[in-house]
Amino acid sequence: MGYALDFGWLNDALGMIASGAVMTVFLIVVTSVAGTLLSIFGAIGRRSRHAILRKLVAGYVELIRNTPFLVQLFFIFFGLPRLGIRLDPVTAAILAMTLNMAAYSTEIVGAGLDAVPKGQTEAAKALGLRPRTIFIKIVLPQALKVIFPALTSQIVIMMLESAVVSQIAVRELTYEADMLQARTFRAFETYFVITLVYLGLSIALRRLLYAAGRRSIAGGMA
Amino acid sequence: MIEFTFWDIARNLLLAARWTVLLSVVAFAGGAIVGVAILLARISKRNWLRRSAQYYIGLFQGTPLLMQLFLLFFGLPLLGFRIEAWTAAVLGLTLCASAFLAEIWRGGVQSLPNGQWDAGSSLGLHYIAQLRLIILPQAFAITRAPTVGFLVQLIKSTALTSIIGFEELVRTSNAINNATFEPFTVYGLVALIYFVLCYPLTRYTKKLELRTAQR
Repeated sequence: MGYALDFGWLNDALGMIASGAVMTVFLIVVTSVAGTLLSIFGAIGRRSRHAILRKLVAGYVELIRNTPFLVQLFFIFFGLPRLGIRLDPVTAAILAMTLNMAAYSTEIVGAGLDAVPKGQTEAAKALGLRPRTIFIKIVLPQALKVIFPALTSQIVIMMLESAVVSQIAVRELTYEADMLQARTFRAFETYFVITLVYLGLSIALRRLLYAAGRRSIAGGMA
Repeated sequence: MIEFTFWDIARNLLLAARWTVLLSVVAFAGGAIVGVAILLARISKRNWLRRSAQYYIGLFQGTPLLMQLFLLFFGLPLLGFRIEAWTAAVLGLTLCASAFLAEIWRGGVQSLPNGQWDAGSSLGLHYIAQLRLIILPQAFAITRAPTVGFLVQLIKSTALTSIIGFEELVRTSNAINNATFEPFTVYGLVALIYFVLCYPLTRYTKKLELRTAQR
């Protein structure tokens, strides 16, 4: 083999890698929070009394789930300016990721809501609680407890998917990797290191979410 | 400059979609074959084989597909293989699919009661025959819904191969967009084509899930 691996560039690149990783983490934190909140409304809409609202949410979920994230991203970043909506790369990335995340977790949250026994709502009604209080204090916490593992997986998948937003020049991990390999001509070594960073991030994210879930959700995870 | 009508755009995109379909089919078939091998390792009685398969699956599920494609595209030439975009695309998607499919099917195998294995042994079947005649057919039947669901995911994942230069739907759409400056139409149509490819499969998955739930 005539090729010797060279990681000599790594020392000078640590700053770039770190700033890329920070951007990736920032994207996923914003997306997870916004996407989960949105998906709670989505799941409520999916179970609404109004048929139009139900159909609308179902259509949105199917549209997002049956098209690639990359195409959604390009449509938002390159297509929307045609309608006069011009977004900078980071905003476009957050918007695309949030809409994507919301569609997937609408299904997840919905499954959680269905899993809460009807008796819980009835008991709360008997105690005279208002519908909104019942949903926020009684149903939602129990639903979140059931779906927490599925939601965690979805967040990790979204984090891995976020590598794609480098294509619209968001300066996250993959973008920094592209820059680094163009400068060092050490493409394989660069992507190898960045892949390891992603692997570490996904393991850490999963552990962190599980630990946080165990602590904050009453009674631990199902 | 050549003028592109709407139909020119649509026709070119549909022609490019053939490559998306072909890549999906090849990667799914390849992924199924390699996936069975990974599955066998994953449920093996040998500890080190099980461990290796577990790491293999964890590696592919814990890193972005885009990185996997980049590593193959830039890494294989270092080992002396001449490689083009389509080789890296097929290889990357196949390996990734094998990891996901093996994990789906493992769930199927482990959901079978131990009695199925015992019954096979008591009939005098050896390990391979037990797997081939009793265990795997049932495991595949149970996991048909998630398997088709993964096919949808795989079709969508082929979009990433455009980034390493494979001429499929998204890469062609980028080129058309650069020529026509009609991003709204072009990417809208691309989304529509993917939707038409994926939605029937999603519906089929739902039907399979309902059927399993009723049983």
